[in-house]
Amino acid sequence: MSPELINLIIQATGESLYMVGLAALIGTVIGLPLGVFLATSRKGELFSAPVVNRVLGIVVNATRSTPFIILVVAIIPFTRLVAGTSIGSTAAIVPLTIASAPFMARLVEAAIREVDGGLIETASSFGASPIQIVLKVLIPEALPGLLLALTLAVVSLLGYSAMVGAVGGGGLGDLGIRYGYQRFMPEMMLAVVVVLIALVQLVQSAGDYLARRVNRRLRHR
Amino acid sequence: MNAHPSLAIGRPIEKLDAISRDAISPAATAPDAMVRFEGISKTYPAYRGKPGVDALQNIDFAIPRGSITGVIGRSGAGKSSLVRLINGLERPTTGRVVVDGRDISVLAGRDLRLAQRSIGMIFQHFNLLSSRTAAANIALPLEIAGWAKADIIARVAELLALVGIADKHDRYPSELSGGQKQRVGIARALATRPSVLLSDEATSALDPQTTRAILDLLANINRELGVTIVLITHEMSVVRQLARDVVVLDAGHVVESGHVADIFTHPEHPITQSFLAEVIGDSLPVSLASRIVSELPAGGQAVIRIQVRGAGAGDTLVARLARELGLDVSLLSARIDEIGGQHVGSLTLGIPLGTSCSDDATTRTLAWLSQYQFPAERLGYVA
Repeated sequence: MSPELINLIIQATGESLYMVGLAALIGTVIGLPLGVFLATSRKGELFSAPVVNRVLGIVVNATRSTPFIILVVAIIPFTRLVAGTSIGSTAAIVPLTIASAPFMARLVEAAIREVDGGLIETASSFGASPIQIVLKVLIPEALPGLLLALTLAVVSLLGYSAMVGAVGGGGLGDLGIRYGYQRFMPEMMLAVVVVLIALVQLVQSAGDYLARRVNRRLRHR
Repeated sequence: MNAHPSLAIGRPIEKLDAISRDAISPAATAPDAMVRFEGISKTYPAYRGKPGVDALQNIDFAIPRGSITGVIGRSGAGKSSLVRLINGLERPTTGRVVVDGRDISVLAGRDLRLAQRSIGMIFQHFNLLSSRTAAANIALPLEIAGWAKADIIARVAELLALVGIADKHDRYPSELSGGQKQRVGIARALATRPSVLLSDEATSALDPQTTRAILDLLANINRELGVTIVLITHEMSVVRQLARDVVVLDAGHVVESGHVADIFTHPEHPITQSFLAEVIGDSLPVSLASRIVSELPAGGQAVIRIQVRGAGAGDTLVARLARELGLDVSLLSARIDEIGGQHVGSLTLGIPLGTSCSDDATTRTLAWLSQYQFPAERLGYVA
């Protein structure tokens, strides 16, 4: 493989990491509070708001059930509004974020719901405010689950990022399609797949390791 | 056992006026009580097809300041609702709950949260945060109350020493035994120096030995810190070991309340009697029960059972019975326990039928017992 091709792979890997990293970051900033709210706003819960909960649930489900490639094309006007352009890696972050935030929210909701309800009652019984309960009880107790949720979101973002080539987003998936498929370069396709597998493996291992480290529920010495 | 020789026999069975002062009383007559329930009822409305539930009705009593009060009842009797009314986690449908002079049932938001800091609570399943060490768990209510970091560190060290686990400072709950976890729970509940400590089945998940140690710790805390303790439990043994006063709940009603010694030496309600039976047992050993017949046999013994109630009651009963009536009585089965300083239990005696095979001795014995006001009955005969 020529040095030029290797350079292309390195550049595409950088683009993928840039898109996935930023989308995961912004997705977390939106998805974490959204997920916490979804987990605590049913009737009788900490931030009881059943109607808002239901509406947000429908929005989240709608976003999640839209195929990603359709989402990318459908929101082009919105992408242009936010990113100033509708093509390139930076523009691709917009649909990636919109796809990952609701996904994150559902994973966060599940992780938060895993926390023993008795702990909420305990904290209430010594006068904790709802915000204190979220920050001092729910998030720390759900941390292992939250880290695994983040890991899962990053892995699926790597998959989604392969599709943003459709709007000139670049990245590894785009490289694989244009060189590996359209120019009949199987070695390029193979290289892209190997890099993607390595990245997913790395992210998953790192996530598992961190989740295990913060999990104090298991006996460890 | 012979501390009260004069009380050994002939102690009146009526409730004792002398020890009835400062007991659980109607709310209106105890203005200075730590917790007052005034005309409380709690109804959970029908929800999603489930019918509404009247969890508590006509609850009216006061818990004396500095006391250890047991609230005992079967599951579903309304114990949990009652305790959640005290710390404001729930509101009564009607009536007021006054804790340390404040009506907690009308507070909300910040005012309620401030009031809750003077009410500690410990739980059956400890409810410790798995992500925090023992020390950090104890620090949580202090962080919530906005204490300065240095003050928190000092207070946590003090509390760990108080509950006897200073060496477990950096241990996570998963590394602690059940008893140690409950000690952390107790330290956490006491962190903000509450005036009331609520215990919701705090020893129900512990083995008997650990239960005893935890109850001893609670007794010490009550004595040394003067904290009023309210024990919610379904276990008679917990009330017996620790509480001075007791409230018996059944189906949302208070069926009996007063000093433990009073209530359990003279249980009136069937529920109270069934709780008492758990401790003293009212069944005969199987080997004895299977041999009892109702027909007068050719030889052997009549079986009588004597109820023993009161301080020092029964101490010299058997000896005096044998001496005064000149009978070779045999002790077939006995169970006497102490509840609130009062002896409670029963003796099962065999009265010899003698060579004439008559039951006269038994009749004389029962008459003698009734003269000294010991309730007794003839169960039958054994050959």
